[in-house]
Amino acid sequence: MLKQTALNAAHRAMGAKMVDFSGWDMPLHYGSQIEEHHQVRRDAGMFDVSHMLAIDIEGALAREFLRRLLANNVDRLQIPGKAMYSCLLNEQGGVLDDLIVYYLREDWFRIVVNAATCDKDLAWMQARRDESASSLTLTPRREMAIIAVQGPHAREKVWQAVPEMRGVTELLKPFQAADCAPYFVGRTGYTGEDGFEIILPANQAEQFWQALSSVGVKPIGLGARDTLRLEAGMNLYGQDMDETVTPLESGLAWTVDLIADRYFIGKTVLKEQVVTRDLFGLVLIDKGVLRSHQQVRTTFGDGEITSGSFAPTLDKSIALARLPKTIPLGELVQVEVRDKLLSAKVVKYPFVRNGKSLI
Amino acid sequence: MTIPNDLKYTKSHEWVRAEADGTVTIGITHHAQELLGDMVYVESPQVGRKVAASEECAVVESVKAASDVYAPIAGEVVAVNEAVADKPEMINQDAYGAWMFRLKPDNASDLNGLLDAAGYKAVVDSEAH
Repeated sequence: MLKQTALNAAHRAMGAKMVDFSGWDMPLHYGSQIEEHHQVRRDAGMFDVSHMLAIDIEGALAREFLRRLLANNVDRLQIPGKAMYSCLLNEQGGVLDDLIVYYLREDWFRIVVNAATCDKDLAWMQARRDESASSLTLTPRREMAIIAVQGPHAREKVWQAVPEMRGVTELLKPFQAADCAPYFVGRTGYTGEDGFEIILPANQAEQFWQALSSVGVKPIGLGARDTLRLEAGMNLYGQDMDETVTPLESGLAWTVDLIADRYFIGKTVLKEQVVTRDLFGLVLIDKGVLRSHQQVRTTFGDGEITSGSFAPTLDKSIALARLPKTIPLGELVQVEVRDKLLSAKVVKYPFVRNGKSLI
Repeated sequence: MTIPNDLKYTKSHEWVRAEADGTVTIGITHHAQELLGDMVYVESPQVGRKVAASEECAVVESVKAASDVYAPIAGEVVAVNEAVADKPEMINQDAYGAWMFRLKPDNASDLNGLLDAAGYKAVVDSEAH
């Protein structure tokens, strides 16, 4: 039996094609994945991401616990509402998950983790808590829904739908959040566009969803969510990184703080690691479509595509690929696609930001 | 569901039309394009290529996935639809208009072994369960 979010009936009523996504019955698209992609780049779209899990971490030792738990430095969060992206690592430096952590109060942080990994994450966190901070409470907030509203007009449309939200959220900078009960609103996202991610009680999700719909925000499925995040150069857990690689091999060195004195789980391995490969962008020059697991041949050594697709904004195929770290940008490489070798160019990513091509 | 009565079909979701000149025209069904979603790439076979029945001879790729297209019967590729290769979304817009290639069959009687509309509908219905 697939798990359902509070918006399941709303998705079906809007004509969604539903798929099994990590055990959740989720919308893949509502007609055309490409149209939904353009809708977010050009106007505003809404995503039900309630399959992801918010976990509240409460208690006097919350910050101390997160210092040890997260690869990124939680001490960068000093203003209530500030958010940060981080990996959760195991002792070997392998990536258990990636997440967003919000600082709410000195004794209250909130993290949002991926659906497929949330049980594993929670068990890991509870075990680490029991080692060093047993007075902390870890509360999974399954009674909450999460709706992302993304696009150049996303914030304006949220304010049209819920006018009382404007005052509290108008001055939020990227990666800042505010409590606007019953909504918890963060200026974050997974598309490379402006917008909000909003956590709210599941029993109010449908009303909010319909309010957004009535001001012209279109529903967007997981299909377009994937092409949007790929163009934005954002990693997908389980595809671009997992427990077998470290953040330093996954284009995520910028999220790991090896300079501060702080100890964190995985740090010992990362400090010693000789990094020989990393994630790079690829743009396909020949016709075709790049896909994950295709092999990449280069004069610097071989590599593999971790995420590949057609990029609707660019009208060409792009990919993230794990390649020898010494490969220069602009290098031409060969990708094995069925019985052919297709030419692709190594580029810096993101590929698209705020509706504009960067390549 | 759209399954024209005047076409033949395969279990692998190709449609086949017998032409007056003895060739057959092949595309993928409306149901197939629905499963795949927005088409973004078509790899056509070479004209002149000899293919066996059920041999992979073209590829369609949607945003979501790549899918092989099989020769419904043995024959020689005598034409490919360049317009569809240039605009793969034509398959989404009109699956039965957006033909992919034409074969000159080795044996015209092979067509009799293909599914009719009712037979193909049964295949699609059985997949839905």
